[in-house]
Amino acid sequence: MTTTQTTPAAEAAPPSTSVSTVEPAPGRGEPAPSGHSHERNPGTPLELGWLRNVQVNRSAVERRCATLTTRRSVKKTWQAGWLLRAISVIDLTTLAGDDTAGRVRRLCAKARNPVRADLLAALGVEGLDLKVGAVCVYHRYVAEAVAALRGSGIPVAAVSTGFPAGLSPFDLRLAEIRASVADGAEEIDIVITREHALTQDWAALYDEVRAFREACGDAHLKAILATGELGTLRNVYRASLVCMMAGADFVKTSTGKEKENAVLPVGLTMVRSIRDYLERTGHRVGFKPAGGISTAKDALAWLILMKEELGPAWLEPELFRFGASSLLGDIERQLEHHVTGRYSASFRHPKA
Amino acid sequence: MSSVLEAFETMTYGPAPESADSAHAWLEGHGRSFGLYVGDGWRPPATGETFETHDPATTEVLSTIAQGGGDDVDAAVAAARAAQPEWWGLGPHGRARHLYAIARQIQKQSRFFAVLESLDNGKPIRETRDIDIPLVARHFYHHAGWAQLMEKELPGYGPVGVVGQVIPWNFPLLMLAWKVAPALATGNTVVLKPAEYTSLTALAFAEMCRRVGLPPGVLNIVTGDGRTGELLVRHPDVDKVAFTGSTEVGRAIRAATAGSGKKLSLELGGKSPFIVFDDADLDSAVEGVVDAIWFNQGQVCCAGSRLLVQEGVEQQVIAKLRARMETLRVGSPLDKSVDLGAIVAPVQLERISTLVDQGKAEGTTCWQPSWACPTEGWFYPPTLFTGVEPASTLAQVEIFGPVLVSMTFRTPEEAVALANDTRYGLAASVWTENVNLALDVAPQLAAGVVWVNCTNVFDAAAGFGGYRESGYGREGGIEGLWEYVVADWQRDLPEAAATSAPRAADSGPGGFDLPAIDRTAKMYVGGKQSRPDGGYSYPVLGPQGGIVGEAGLGNRKDLRNAVEAARKAAKWSRTTGHLRAQILYYVAENLSARSSELEARLAAMTGSSAEAAAQEVATSVDRLFTWAAWADKYDGRVHGTPMRNVTLAMPEPWGILAVVCPEEAPLLAFVSLVAPAVAMGNRVVAVPSGRWPLAATDLYQVFDTSYVPGGVINIFTGDPGELAPTLARHDGVAAMWFFGDRDGGAAVERESVGNLKATWTSQGKARDWYDPRQGEGQEFLRRGTQIKNIWVPYGE
Repeated sequence: MTTTQTTPAAEAAPPSTSVSTVEPAPGRGEPAPSGHSHERNPGTPLELGWLRNVQVNRSAVERRCATLTTRRSVKKTWQAGWLLRAISVIDLTTLAGDDTAGRVRRLCAKARNPVRADLLAALGVEGLDLKVGAVCVYHRYVAEAVAALRGSGIPVAAVSTGFPAGLSPFDLRLAEIRASVADGAEEIDIVITREHALTQDWAALYDEVRAFREACGDAHLKAILATGELGTLRNVYRASLVCMMAGADFVKTSTGKEKENAVLPVGLTMVRSIRDYLERTGHRVGFKPAGGISTAKDALAWLILMKEELGPAWLEPELFRFGASSLLGDIERQLEHHVTGRYSASFRHPKA
Repeated sequence: MSSVLEAFETMTYGPAPESADSAHAWLEGHGRSFGLYVGDGWRPPATGETFETHDPATTEVLSTIAQGGGDDVDAAVAAARAAQPEWWGLGPHGRARHLYAIARQIQKQSRFFAVLESLDNGKPIRETRDIDIPLVARHFYHHAGWAQLMEKELPGYGPVGVVGQVIPWNFPLLMLAWKVAPALATGNTVVLKPAEYTSLTALAFAEMCRRVGLPPGVLNIVTGDGRTGELLVRHPDVDKVAFTGSTEVGRAIRAATAGSGKKLSLELGGKSPFIVFDDADLDSAVEGVVDAIWFNQGQVCCAGSRLLVQEGVEQQVIAKLRARMETLRVGSPLDKSVDLGAIVAPVQLERISTLVDQGKAEGTTCWQPSWACPTEGWFYPPTLFTGVEPASTLAQVEIFGPVLVSMTFRTPEEAVALANDTRYGLAASVWTENVNLALDVAPQLAAGVVWVNCTNVFDAAAGFGGYRESGYGREGGIEGLWEYVVADWQRDLPEAAATSAPRAADSGPGGFDLPAIDRTAKMYVGGKQSRPDGGYSYPVLGPQGGIVGEAGLGNRKDLRNAVEAARKAAKWSRTTGHLRAQILYYVAENLSARSSELEARLAAMTGSSAEAAAQEVATSVDRLFTWAAWADKYDGRVHGTPMRNVTLAMPEPWGILAVVCPEEAPLLAFVSLVAPAVAMGNRVVAVPSGRWPLAATDLYQVFDTSYVPGGVINIFTGDPGELAPTLARHDGVAAMWFFGDRDGGAAVERESVGNLKATWTSQGKARDWYDPRQGEGQEFLRRGTQIKNIWVPYGE
């Protein structure tokens, strides 16, 4: 007897079930609709009482995050599958001062073919039509990206509203959204005015995001909280809730320009706010961690967080994205390692 | 469909097995059969008997284990005895080097130990890898430090000698570390009996110690079942017994060791409350519940097994909890994606099922997740009972499995009342974002460990151990070291004289002089003098046998009344040290004012010279000053635990403390014992010297004029030999001190098992009450308090 039997672990019930079994708190919001809903979050009136009751215990949140990836492990074949999934939810991003049209075209070409065809064949997923979740650029390059991605089904996302600080004149910020939508952006990543959160002026934040949402029209709105500048997790939770009440389709952690990027405790806090909002209103809101997510291992940790806390619907591009520029490169190397058994090198994979 | 594609589409976890090859190779290397580790190596059991140890996840036999018998225990104790002088003689630095080497080696072999533990116990590899084994290493590092510092930090103390240790199966190697590290650090040698279901890591540990050069005989491992444990704890040459396990067995050990002179520390069962206030971070509290009751399949003595939720958020918390339970995973302990592994043994699985059935039969609501457990192996799903009332069986009985019971409360006061509505007192967890509330509730909980906004966190620097029937003594921190040391002066104390019972006497007929006014010493209960319930008095005799006065002959009803009065004086335990100091100084002042009267009383009773009597009174005044001085200075500590939190080690009074005074030094011994107890905030029920009680009864008026609140000091006179066992049987008394003869001490220890009150007896030795080391050391303060560790993580 030298081998141990491995009893297959009981798989968790599909989290769509687990979420819908959560009863909404009495007297609040509407009951969650049954079944799958892809309807946009229409928002709700601003509920200040709800915000006041928000409690986040940082130490406990950090403890949960510390054990998320020690309680779950994804290996071998499963890891390859999960990494492909990670690619499918990347918002492949370039947000540099030296961006050019040529640079954006190169990025779009990579978005269409994120992994070498021979690797996909070796993994047995050549028919998957694997592509990233979106391409994310500044307004100036929206039209270029839309053209480069035509026919691919990959949406273009534009960072907007005076990204990254969000302190340009309000009319200009609205105009920027409209201009990007006019150029073909299907997703608008807005930044909130941090001052509203820092001074607890939630009505101002609500009005701001409401206005952004109106300006978006049919384009989806992703609200960047810039969590590294909000001071406390409690503020992160509250700001996240206010953006959802104001009709955000996604809440997003960071611009990538703050001193602290997307980290799991912030992610868990926002994910819990999304669950809270779902339980009370029945509306699903997506989540996008962005900034600093650069390794395959990071990506797996975030996917585990989503699966555990919100369920499989949040492993789909409709409700989950990574904002990342260098993540894809690391995943490609891991996938090649899975195929060949040898550690890979970055120059073996086409540049983004 | 390719398997990668399937993984992409289903996003399931798939298997993530930890290899058990290293553990199996080690088992094979031993031919899957182990002897006992005694002295310098392995020996077959003298009994010739063996038993099997299983992998609870597969029920496969891992190995055979030796059943240690009497000869084996004798040999192990002899080996430990032989090694002890040299081990102590090695000195602090030498022992520190050994403990350091053990810590390092544990780290170097960490995965091997983690795998072996998981295999033998059934707990998830995540826990052994990330919690058990790192804590084992941490414990040896920390105690390598105590070995190094012992002479300087515990001057005048030395090892107890040979320690017999019996540990449970839930944290096999960690419990070994908690026992062995402090024992070895302080110069003791060890005979340890692991639990019969989980002997393997202890045996691997012994082998590892041999490899890093631990001298022979310092650590001995005798495997076996409860019979072996009994042989060990009863062994006459064992100086101290340390036990972790069930309250039932703890009781048996207390009874078996009564009067033996063995030191004893017990870490027993629990039914720990997990209190969620409505202002808590509820999502985090739900994760806390996972750590509280589904850690190690709930087979944790300090498991938060009683969920107390504030009524307004109950529905929300239960809904969140059920959703969370759906995502828990039960399966192979060696799978890295598993939250709950297997239950250690069929008998334990059976106990859990039986109690769950009983809970259902009592009409409480049982809920389990929709998924099914593996059927091969001994598994049990996470289980939640709602609608449980304090009177339900499941709310009172320790289940020791993944079963949580939930009830509600309305106010903080009610939360405390429900939390404390248990015989146990091991741990408690409090969830609130309000620091005022947390720090108000934590001291009110009858528990040795209180975790604020966290649960089941441990560290070598912080003491762990229970209140009430969860045992006594601490493991970890400086508070844990006291269990393994003894003061040098205590080694050669003379035997105490046998306690003399009240005798009848005849002082002859009186004369025709004007008689003295009859003075009647009564009981002093609740601040009032009361006649003895039985209506009997007994004569107090002078040195020539003449009657110098009479004292009430107390009986069990007087005792009951005294304890009741002490119960009502609970406020004293919450007063400030400053106030207690003031009152004790005032007692000293008023006692001093009546010196001549007390001196005369002492001389008349004991026949001591006027000078000796004066010295006794003067020393008593001095001593009162000492204890008054300490009342506001016996501080707790903030332990340096390696997390972002403060761990407050707070000395708390026992509550009701019974004190039986020795025959000699009737005033000084009384003051030396009662004053520190009161200074620490206890309410005292005291039996003064049986032979010469009148010095103590003379103090009633001193207490009254010094504003000692009624019920704080209660005195009843009588035969200590009769009263002491009755006091020891009173379940409302939390702790008891007995100073007197050997038989009396033995009786107190034996009779203390009802509520497992902590006892401190003189072991039949006599003290010199005039010697400050013997009459007023910090020992009295340590014995007058129990340490509660309150963990408060912080960070916004």
